[in-house]
Amino acid sequence: MLRLPTFTYHRPKTAAEAVRLASEHGKEAMYVAGGTDLYPNMKRRHQVPTQVISLQDVPGLHDVEVHGSGGVRIGAMVRLTKLEHHAHLKQHYPGFAHAVREISTPLLRNMGPIGGNLLLDTRCTYYDQSHEWRESIDFCMKKDGAICWVAPGSPRCWAVQSSDTVPVLCAMEAEVELVGADGTRRIKCDELYRDDGIVYLTKRPEELLTKVFLPPPGAWKASYLKLRRRDTYDFPILGVGACLWLDGDGVVTKANVRLGGAGSYAIPATETEKLLVGNQLTDERIAAAGSAAMKPARTMDNTDLDVYWRRKVAPVYVARALAACR
Amino acid sequence: MVLDDPTTRPAPRSRARTDAPWQHDVEQDDLEHIGKPIRKVDARSKVSGLTRFADDLTLPRMLHMKLLRSTVAHAEIVHIDTRQAAALPGVKGVLTGKDLPIPFGILPVSQDEHALCPDRVRFVGDPVVAIAATEEETAWNACRLVEVEYRELRTIGGIHEAAANDEPRLHDYGVRGNIHRLENLEFGDLADGFAKADHVRQDTFFFEGNTHLPMEQHATLAHFDKDGKLTVWSSTQTPHYLHKALARTLHPLPAHHIRVIACPNGGGFGGKSDPFNHEIAAAKMSMLTGRPVKIALTREEVFWCHRGRHPVLMRAKVGVSKTGRITALDFHSYLDGGAYGSYGTASTFYTGALQTVTYAVDNYHFRGARFFTNKAPCGPKRGHGTPQPRFALEVQLDKIACDLGLDPARIRLDNLAPRDSLTANFLRIGSMGLGTCIEKVVAGSGWNTRRGKLGRQKNGRYRGLGLACSSYLSGAGLPIYWNGMPHSGVQLKLDRSGLVTAFCGSTDIGQGSDSVLGWIIGEVLGIDPLGIKVVTADTDLTPVDLGSYSSRVTVMTGNAAMQAAERARDIVADGVAAKLGVPAGRLVFAAERVFDSEDPAKGMTWQEAVCAAEAKSGTIGTVGSYSPPPSAAKFRGGGVGPSPSYSYSAAVVEVEVDAETGIYTVPKVWMAHDIGRALNAAVAMGQIEGSVYMGLGEAMMEEMAYRDRTHKGNRIFVHKIPSLLEYKSPTTLEMPEVVTYVVEDPDRNGPFGAKEVGQGPLLPMMPAVANAIFDAVGVRVDEVPVSFEKVFAALQAKQAGKEPRFGPANDATGVPAVDFGESLKIKTPWQGGDGTAWNEPKREKKAAK
Repeated sequence: MLRLPTFTYHRPKTAAEAVRLASEHGKEAMYVAGGTDLYPNMKRRHQVPTQVISLQDVPGLHDVEVHGSGGVRIGAMVRLTKLEHHAHLKQHYPGFAHAVREISTPLLRNMGPIGGNLLLDTRCTYYDQSHEWRESIDFCMKKDGAICWVAPGSPRCWAVQSSDTVPVLCAMEAEVELVGADGTRRIKCDELYRDDGIVYLTKRPEELLTKVFLPPPGAWKASYLKLRRRDTYDFPILGVGACLWLDGDGVVTKANVRLGGAGSYAIPATETEKLLVGNQLTDERIAAAGSAAMKPARTMDNTDLDVYWRRKVAPVYVARALAACR
Repeated sequence: MVLDDPTTRPAPRSRARTDAPWQHDVEQDDLEHIGKPIRKVDARSKVSGLTRFADDLTLPRMLHMKLLRSTVAHAEIVHIDTRQAAALPGVKGVLTGKDLPIPFGILPVSQDEHALCPDRVRFVGDPVVAIAATEEETAWNACRLVEVEYRELRTIGGIHEAAANDEPRLHDYGVRGNIHRLENLEFGDLADGFAKADHVRQDTFFFEGNTHLPMEQHATLAHFDKDGKLTVWSSTQTPHYLHKALARTLHPLPAHHIRVIACPNGGGFGGKSDPFNHEIAAAKMSMLTGRPVKIALTREEVFWCHRGRHPVLMRAKVGVSKTGRITALDFHSYLDGGAYGSYGTASTFYTGALQTVTYAVDNYHFRGARFFTNKAPCGPKRGHGTPQPRFALEVQLDKIACDLGLDPARIRLDNLAPRDSLTANFLRIGSMGLGTCIEKVVAGSGWNTRRGKLGRQKNGRYRGLGLACSSYLSGAGLPIYWNGMPHSGVQLKLDRSGLVTAFCGSTDIGQGSDSVLGWIIGEVLGIDPLGIKVVTADTDLTPVDLGSYSSRVTVMTGNAAMQAAERARDIVADGVAAKLGVPAGRLVFAAERVFDSEDPAKGMTWQEAVCAAEAKSGTIGTVGSYSPPPSAAKFRGGGVGPSPSYSYSAAVVEVEVDAETGIYTVPKVWMAHDIGRALNAAVAMGQIEGSVYMGLGEAMMEEMAYRDRTHKGNRIFVHKIPSLLEYKSPTTLEMPEVVTYVVEDPDRNGPFGAKEVGQGPLLPMMPAVANAIFDAVGVRVDEVPVSFEKVFAALQAKQAGKEPRFGPANDATGVPAVDFGESLKIKTPWQGGDGTAWNEPKREKKAAK
């Protein structure tokens, strides 16, 4: 990893000014929130913005607001550490709070805010490498090259969705607010992402993610289970976000299951969801639902650990995440 | 074979304290400092961030250097065009292989490296061009402007490929094809040994390579001044060897115009023991530009420097009696050496040297082959060449115990090599505390009641215990280049202020060698060790010490320091005796005073004593030096393995396995280490815990894995994960609770009885983890790392009714077919052998310089 390249650092005082700067500089500009993703990428010359726009002085992005309904609005610049220890979140959104705690290390969570985690760059062991290393493989299509090394015949990039909060927020049907040059829009978390390793966001580059909205607590339970080699630092090689709506008899009325770390976006495990709806969460039902999960997944040899092993243990992890919703 | 009568040895001073971790055994007798948990002499600077590492240094007008490295694994260099790079504003110097034509290498027999590749690159990361500029970024940008035209050659990607492909040869020296070394040593009568066996097992193992991962990335600052003198500050463990390599490659610059200063190392573990291309290139660049030149390697470049653990395939056949007593061992090792020789010749021998030092092996055959491949060069990492065969032997013993229904601890105790004996391969064992080590960890872990009985836990996971042992050298018996000079020298200067300054070439790599000097000298002179000034690792100022490798410093530097201090004490005693009118033999040196043992009130302060001595004898300076005892092994290859003494270790590891996924954790480790005597129990325990940590990483996850792809007809062969995030190493969360037992069996060759500390306890971790997995879930992983997916694969095999094992094919196909030629045949001591091979061709004896 090299030292940082030279760049101009901006500290706009309003969201509008930030968006204006980003629009003005176009491809030369990038936002920085905590810097825990962007700066390492810049040191590896993945992303080389000459204009870096800090969001730390933008007002209104730094608070957690609990509404009367119990629903929560989280500013995009709220540090993960604050969310991890937030009493209301811990009590009413334990699945989400757990996902936050699973992100990297306390040091990184002290710097990194929720907005940055939602927009985390997709990862790949052919991409997250120094310039020299990538030069030795003649680069890849995500940066400076033409080929996808994981699937050389593929026209697309298969870099991996690697945020811990995204699968569970999508499953919970959380929403986000985006501020652009021509106004503000609020979309479902699911709608923020695309199935592509390079253009993995539907957000326009100058659009600013400002808020995250958690739905009010109700007859649903969410969980997150992360597979990785070490219990700290490591990005997920599978992140199961599950949210189940249950009726009074413990019958599942609705199920959202998202697989992180298994493709370029948090993939819906639709077969699993179908097997759950209308049924109680018996051990057998959970095991069957777990086994069906990996059909839509695109697990490839571009993360840590063996790809075949990851596919084989995934059903166990999905089942455990579902069991946690009981 | 008993060398001397044990009854003449000093009575053992161990006290029976079986259940006392965090204690050490030797009674403190009358020692003032030795054994006490005194802080290190450099501790406060380190923890307060004041220590200046190589990358912290700057000089006026300093340039920054970057290396352009090969992006292909194996190729001839057709053409290099540096014109555009040289024209970039800010660029002050450009070097290519033409500027540094003299090859170098750590061993005289493998001078096969160039600071910058002149005509051939041998792995992705081999340096080709060096560029210095006023800014580091400019130097990096300039590297991108260099055009290198390569003609690619077939890549040799590993042990089997190297054995199967003689062409293209990576080097035009070696045995043949891509075989760098072949060794074939036979001790005793193998046929007879196997004939006597009641049970014979043959197993195949693989130990993947891994790297040192020091926190500090290598850095070098070189300054060639206007008086024609070159100074090089570097993060090196071996300033003397770097000095030699600089003198060789910068010829005709005279050696005495070169000064090497080893900066404090932010971790070395063997990875900073070779002279490196970037060090030589920085020196040359400073000579070219007339300005100071610094290079600080990136983390990726540290992976290219490597010199870490060799990947080794092993096939071992062992015969045992009904009671588990070893009758014969036939051991094959196949090493993937990477692109260069480095320490590889020694590494090859080390894969066969120390099997006999833990357990008595009456008949022993070792065959070793090292191959050149297009990977970053392998070399010495903590345990140098011995952890791989240790893994094989300790897992195999566990299997034998299982086959015969014996307790794995018992089988080891029954096979212990005797103290004060010669092994089959003529290694001289002195003190030997392995039995005590085993007893400690067996008692501590509840082995006798818990092994095989832990089974399924409330959380659904399975627990198990595994045991393994090891031995390691207290320094190599022979230097790296043939010479008759001491291995370590210490000079002392005594000043009128009472200051004692110790000068020594040894290098503190965090292990505490500077402090060892202070403690020993302080003990001999009866003064505060923290008041002693220690000047080390500066070739202009300090006498030669061969370097901080092979756990040699405490014993070798320690003995040299002791000799210098005793000589100083004699001079001071002489002066004090004259002044007090007391016989010198009656004087006691303690508590910063020199006094009459019969009348303690009669005496003087240390400072007064030094003044009295200087008045009587003139300026006070003394020297001490140390050379290891001569080796009993006279056969070719017998130079690797002998040591003044051997440390011993035993470990019990507890694991908890999730049988659904193969994921496991290590909740607790019990580690006992016989180090002869702890010079400082706290620092010794730190070394032991560090070994547990590093061994755990090798056991569970660390590996130098390579990406092997084909693109546009060319093979791409590059380290898979050269980053601190993706090269997986344990964190604090993976670190288990460690119960440490410091076992003290004093050795006659060590200062105050001290032996090696801190390499040996790494070794049992890998086999103990594998053995514990077996105890927990009944599957064998015959490969390191014992990663989750391998445990899972073995569990799946078990479920499918197949052999519950993961590892290389356990038959002739598991290892390459290599013709090792005729063995050197050596009669064992009990066959009346004299340490020579009876069929060895006569060699011309080289005269020692």
